[in-house]
Amino acid sequence: MKTGIYLCQCGGNISNTVDLNSVTEHIKKNDENILVKINSHMCSGAGQKLIIDDIKKNGLEKVVVASCSPHFHEKTFRSTLKKAGLNPYVLEIANLREHCSWIHKDIPEIATEKAKDIVDAALAKAELNYPLEEKKMQLGNEILVIGGGIAGIQTSLDLADSGKKVTLVEKLPTIGGNMAILTKTFPTEDCAACILSPKMAAILDHPNITLYTNSEIEDIVGHRLHFEARVKKHPRYIKDTVNMDLCLSCNKCTEVCPVTQPNYWEQGIINREAIYIPAPHAIPFKYLIDAENCLHFRDNSCKKCAEVCPQNVIDFEQKEEIINVAVDSVVVATGYDIFDAREKSVFGYGKYENVVTAMEMERIVDHIVEAEPPRKVGKRVAFVQCVGSRDEQVGNEYCSRVCCMYSVKLASLLKQAKPETDIYIFYTDLRAFGKGYEEYYKRSQKMGIKFIRGKPSHFTEDKETKQVIITVEDTLSRNIIETEFDLVVLANGLVLSKSSDIVADSLKLAKSDDGFFKEAHPKYKPVDTLVEGVFLAGTAQGPKDIPDTVAQASAAAARVIATLAQKEVPLDPILAFVHQEICDGCEKCLEMCPPKAISMNADGKAAVNEALCLGCGSCIESCPIEALDLNYYTNKQLYAEIEAVLKFKKENEKRILVFADDNTTYRLIDACGVRKMKYTDCIRVLRIPSGSRVTPNLLQFAFAKGADAVFIGDSPEKSSRFEWANNVTNKNLEVVKKKLKELNIESERLVFSQFTAADMMKFITEIDQLADKIDKMDPITDELKKQLLPNKEIKE
Amino acid sequence: MKIPYFPGCTLKTTAQNFEMSAIESAKKIGIEFIELPRWNCCGVVASLTSDDLMRHLAPVRNFLRVQEMNKQGLVENENRLLTLCSMCYNTLSLSNLRMKNDADDLQKINDFMHKEEENYDGNIEVVHFLSILEEMGFDKLAQKITKPLKDLKVASYYGCMLLRPKEVGIDDAEAPTILENFVKSLKAETVDWDAGSRCCGSYHTVNNVEIVYTLVKGIILDARKNGAEAIITSCPLCAFNLDVRQSEIKKDNPDFQTIPIFYFTQLMGIALGLNKEALGLEFNKIDAEDILKKKKLIK
Amino acid sequence: MAQIIKLKDKNTDFLEKITELSGEQITLCEQCGTCSAGCPFVSEMDINPSQIMRLVMLGQESVMDSKTMWLCASCFTCTVRCPRKLDLSKVSEALRQVKLRGAIDEIDIKEISDEEALKLPTIAVVGSFRKFTG
Ligand code: SF4
Ligand code: SF4
Ligand code: SF4
Ligand code: SF4
Ligand code: SF4
Repeated sequence: MKTGIYLCQCGGNISNTVDLNSVTEHIKKNDENILVKINSHMCSGAGQKLIIDDIKKNGLEKVVVASCSPHFHEKTFRSTLKKAGLNPYVLEIANLREHCSWIHKDIPEIATEKAKDIVDAALAKAELNYPLEEKKMQLGNEILVIGGGIAGIQTSLDLADSGKKVTLVEKLPTIGGNMAILTKTFPTEDCAACILSPKMAAILDHPNITLYTNSEIEDIVGHRLHFEARVKKHPRYIKDTVNMDLCLSCNKCTEVCPVTQPNYWEQGIINREAIYIPAPHAIPFKYLIDAENCLHFRDNSCKKCAEVCPQNVIDFEQKEEIINVAVDSVVVATGYDIFDAREKSVFGYGKYENVVTAMEMERIVDHIVEAEPPRKVGKRVAFVQCVGSRDEQVGNEYCSRVCCMYSVKLASLLKQAKPETDIYIFYTDLRAFGKGYEEYYKRSQKMGIKFIRGKPSHFTEDKETKQVIITVEDTLSRNIIETEFDLVVLANGLVLSKSSDIVADSLKLAKSDDGFFKEAHPKYKPVDTLVEGVFLAGTAQGPKDIPDTVAQASAAAARVIATLAQKEVPLDPILAFVHQEICDGCEKCLEMCPPKAISMNADGKAAVNEALCLGCGSCIESCPIEALDLNYYTNKQLYAEIEAVLKFKKENEKRILVFADDNTTYRLIDACGVRKMKYTDCIRVLRIPSGSRVTPNLLQFAFAKGADAVFIGDSPEKSSRFEWANNVTNKNLEVVKKKLKELNIESERLVFSQFTAADMMKFITEIDQLADKIDKMDPITDELKKQLLPNKEIKE
Repeated sequence: MKIPYFPGCTLKTTAQNFEMSAIESAKKIGIEFIELPRWNCCGVVASLTSDDLMRHLAPVRNFLRVQEMNKQGLVENENRLLTLCSMCYNTLSLSNLRMKNDADDLQKINDFMHKEEENYDGNIEVVHFLSILEEMGFDKLAQKITKPLKDLKVASYYGCMLLRPKEVGIDDAEAPTILENFVKSLKAETVDWDAGSRCCGSYHTVNNVEIVYTLVKGIILDARKNGAEAIITSCPLCAFNLDVRQSEIKKDNPDFQTIPIFYFTQLMGIALGLNKEALGLEFNKIDAEDILKKKKLIK
Repeated sequence: MAQIIKLKDKNTDFLEKITELSGEQITLCEQCGTCSAGCPFVSEMDINPSQIMRLVMLGQESVMDSKTMWLCASCFTCTVRCPRKLDLSKVSEALRQVKLRGAIDEIDIKEISDEEALKLPTIAVVGSFRKFTG
C-alpha cells in the first residue's frame, strides 16, 4: 500500500454535507490498494499520529489529506510527514471544506459528487508528487552600498571593518553627498568638511571597499539575499591606472580651460571650468571633464587642456564601463534632493535674484568672512521655513525635520560673522527636538535673531532695488507685516533623491506616503525593507539630521551582518527546472524570465538559477517541447489533475475549470467558503502559482477532457509578486482563443480575470455569469474535443 | 466649429460690446457660438455651503439645454459649454464639479427637475473661450492675425474666478500664462507685474465701492509701475470695476493716470482686422481708442 | 485687558455647526497666517481670516459680529495657498449663512440709487444679493 488518503470530518463541517462513506467507496472502487481513513480532526495530535503510524507501519509513500484549505494546514501536515521520515512535498491537500462543503451546504448530494472529483484530482497529483529537496543558499560576504553620502559612508566603513566586502557606488564624481556641501553643522557648529573628510579618506584606503564614483546603478536583479547589479561607470576622460595616479594635480589644465560653469559643490555661488576637481576635499581627488559643457565634445573646437597636460593623461576617447557585481545584500543610501522651490511659485525662486535656497546659503555663509565674498548678503535677511514641507498645496504633508535647525544654524553663523545683519526667521512651528537643539535655538534668540510666527503668503520684488518684499501675518500680534529684505533664504524641505528611482524600480521597494522608501516596520524593523537582504540607511528612508543618519547607517550595517551571519538560508523548492534530457538548447526560454533566472549551461542546455527563480511558471510556455517545467506543478501533474477532476463528469453536466493563483484567487475562493457564500456547483478549482503557468497546451487539454469553460484568476499586475505574469497569461489566452475560433467554438468559454483579496462578490458574479452562459451553449462535440488535444506528444 | 454658448446676464446688458467683439472675433477664426435656447442665470455666485443643493439647480438646467441642443442637432456631438464671463465660468464649473463628484446630489437634483424631459448625465464640460483658443493653439491664432499689435504693452489681468479654486482653474493658480500667451499671439508685448490675479473687489462694487476703489487703485498703479499701456481682462465684472471705477477715481483725482481696460476679445478683434464699431470700443469708460490710435492700430 | 473665557459644550456645538455647514475641518488649521497675509481685504477687516478660524475653533460666537465674513469676497486666494488645504471662503460663507438664515439682510436694495443700479453689471447685483440677503 503506497498511497494513503485521510478524509477529515472537521467536526461535522465537512461530514455534515459531504457523505464521506460514499467518497470512501468511490476511492476504493477506482483503486482498492489505496488506504482510506476517516477521522474527526486530522489536524489534531491524534489525526497526525494516524498518518505517522501509517507511514511507519504501512510504508506509505504518498499522502493525501482531504480537509480544509491548504492555506490552513498544509504546513502542519508537511511537518507531520517530515516527522515520519517522508519528504514533505509528497503531501497533497484536497480542499473539501472551503471549496465544497461550506459552499454547497444545501445540496449535499451534489457536494458529495464534487468532493469525489476533488479527491480524485488530489490523488492523481499525489501519485506524481516526488520528493523535493529544500536546498540551502549559501550566503557570502559581499554587500552593495548605493549612495556615497554620510549614510553610505558610515555603513560601508562599519561593514568593511567587520570584514565584509563592500562595493560602494556614488553617482557624483566625489563621495560625501549633501553633507560635503554644508558649511558647519548644528548644534555644535563644527565644520562639516572637517568631520566628514577623515571618513571619506578612510573609504578610499579601506582594503575591503571598492569605490565607484561617477557611476550609476543601471539595473539590479534578485529578490532575496542574492542580487546582481549592473554599474555604469561614466568616463572622467583622465587616464587612470590602478596603482598609481598619473595625474599630478598640477592644475595646469583648469588654468587654460575657457569654459565656466556653476560649481555644484559651491551651489553655483562660485564657478568652475569644464575640467575640474569638484571640491578641495573631494574623494577621490581626481580631475574630470564635464563632457556636456566641454568645447571639445561640443564642437571639437578645443583641446587646450590636453595640450598643456605634462603627463599626457587627458583621454577624450575614454568610454563608459559596465561593471557587474553580485552581492548578498544591498544597502540603499540614496539620500535626498532638496525640494525644488520653483514649484512654490509664490516665492519667486528662480525669478527673484535675492531669493536663495538654504543649500545656496550654506555656501554663501561659508565664504562670508572672506575679504571679497562671492555673494554678499545685505543688511536685512529673512529665513522662510517649511518651503515644500508641511504644505499640501505642493503635495508634501510631512515635516522635513532638519530645516528649522539648519535655519537657526545659518542665521547664527551669519550673525556671528556679520553682527550688523538684521535677521528674521518666519516659522509656523519651530522644531528643536534633538540633543542640544533647544539650547542652540535659545542661543540664537540671545544673539538677537528674531523669530516671527507666520508663514508668508507670497513675495514680490522691488524691480529697482531687487529687494524682496515679504507679506506675512505675525500670527502672535495679528499684524500683517509687509517688508523688504535684501536676501530671503528658503528653508527647502527634503524629498527622496531622483536617482533613487532606478533602485526603487529594480528592487521593487515600496515607498511611504511621503515618497521616501518604506521600512519593513516603522517601530521594530526601521532599517529593513520588505525585500529580504535590502536595507535602508539615511534620508532615503525619510528626512533626518546627521546624528540620526549616522546612527541608522550603523544600524543598517549591523542588520546586514546579522542577516549574513545565518551563513545559509533555505530555498523554496517550488522553482522552475529543466528536463536536461529533453532540452535541445534552442534558447527560446532565455528571454522569457523577467528575473533572468534562466541561462545556458556548459552543455548548451538551459538551466535555472535557483537563487533568482521566483517560481511563477511564466517561462514554461516558451519551451516548444515542454523541457522546461516547474516543481510541484509539473506539466505531467497538471495534465493528470485536469484529467482526474473531469473524469466522472456526466453527460448532462457542465463544468467550469478554475485555475486559481495561489496568492490571491485561491485564497479568495477560500474566503467565500469561510463566509458560506454560494456560487455555482459546476466549478472545479485547481491551484497554480500564477495564471501564466497554464500553458496553451494545458488549456486546450482541459477543453479536450470535458471542461465547458475555463476560468483563470490572478492578482492584478500592480499587486502581484510576478508583475509580468498577466502579460504571459493574456498571450496564452490569445493562442487558445484563436484555436477555439478556428474550430467554431465560442471563445467566451475562456475567461481571465483579476482579483484583489476582497473581491469575493466579483468572483461569484463572474463565475455565476459564466455558468449561465455555458448553460445556453451547446456542448463541445467529441469530434472537436479530439481536435483540441494538444498535438504534441506529452513528454514524461 | 459650432459650440454651445452661455451668454449670461451681464453680456446681454451692461457688457454687450464684449459679447459683440467675442462673437465677431470668433467668427474670424471659424468658431460659431450657438446660444443656448432658454438659458437661465448661471447661479452666480457659486454656492459654498454643504447643505444648499437647490442653489445648483440653475446651473444644471443650463447643462440640460446643452444636452438638448445635441439631440436637436443644433450642435454636433459637442458636450462643451462655452462661457465668456469668468464669473459664469466659475459658478457653472463649481456646480458641475459637485454634480460629477457626488452621484447622490446629482440624483437629488435630477429628481427635483422631474418635469424636464431628461436627466443631467454629468457629461457636460464648462469651458472659457480662452481655453478654446489655447486648445486651438495660440500659434494658429498668431497666423490669423492681420494687424499685429506691435509695441502695445498689455498687462494680463486674470482676477480670481478664472484661476481659483484649483479644481476649476483654467491655468496654474499662482503662475498662470494663458493670457500672456494670448497677448503674445496678437504680437503685443506682455508686462511682468504683480497684480494680475489680485481680487478687483468683485461684487463689493454694489455696496462697498470704497474697497473697490482701493483695490482698483492698487492694481492700476502696479500696472503703471511696470509699464503697461493697456490691461486686458476676461471677465465683465472685473472689467467694470477696473474701467468704470477707475474713471470715477480719475474724476476725484484729476492727477491719476488711467490705463484703458480692454475685454480680451476687443484686442483680439483689432488684431484680426475688425473695425472698431464691431468692438464697441466707444462704450469703454476709460478712453480705449486713444492708445490704439497712437499705435496706429485704428484711425 | 485679557478676556477670560471658559470652554464649554456650547463652544464645541458652534464649532461643529460651522464645520458641518462649511464642510471644512476647522480643527485642522495650524494658524500659519498664510490666509490673512494674502487676503486682499485684510486691511479692512476687524478680525483677520486666520483669527476667525481660531475663534471658531474656540467656539466664540462673537465672530458673528465681525465684519470679516461680509468682506470676504470668495476670491479663493487663501484657498489655493492654505498649507492644510482648508477653504476659508467656505467658512466665511457658512458664517454668513448662519446670519442670513436668521432672516437678517446685510444689504438693502432701496439704498442703491437708480443711476447706480442702471450702470452696475447685472452679475454684480445678483452676486451681492446672493451673498448679502437671506
Ligand atoms: S578641451 Fe574641454 S576641458 Fe579641455 S580646456 Fe577645452 S573646454 Fe576645457
Ligand atoms: S523642520 Fe521646521 S522648517 Fe522644516 S518642515 Fe519641519 S517645521 Fe518646517
Ligand atoms: S518560474 Fe518564473 S522566475 Fe522561475 S524561471 Fe520561470 S519565469 Fe523565471
Ligand atoms: S492658511 Fe489655512 S492653516 Fe494657515 S491659518 Fe489660514 S486656514 Fe489656518
Ligand atoms: S476668500 Fe475671503 S478670506 Fe480668503 S483671501 Fe479671499 S477675501 Fe480673503
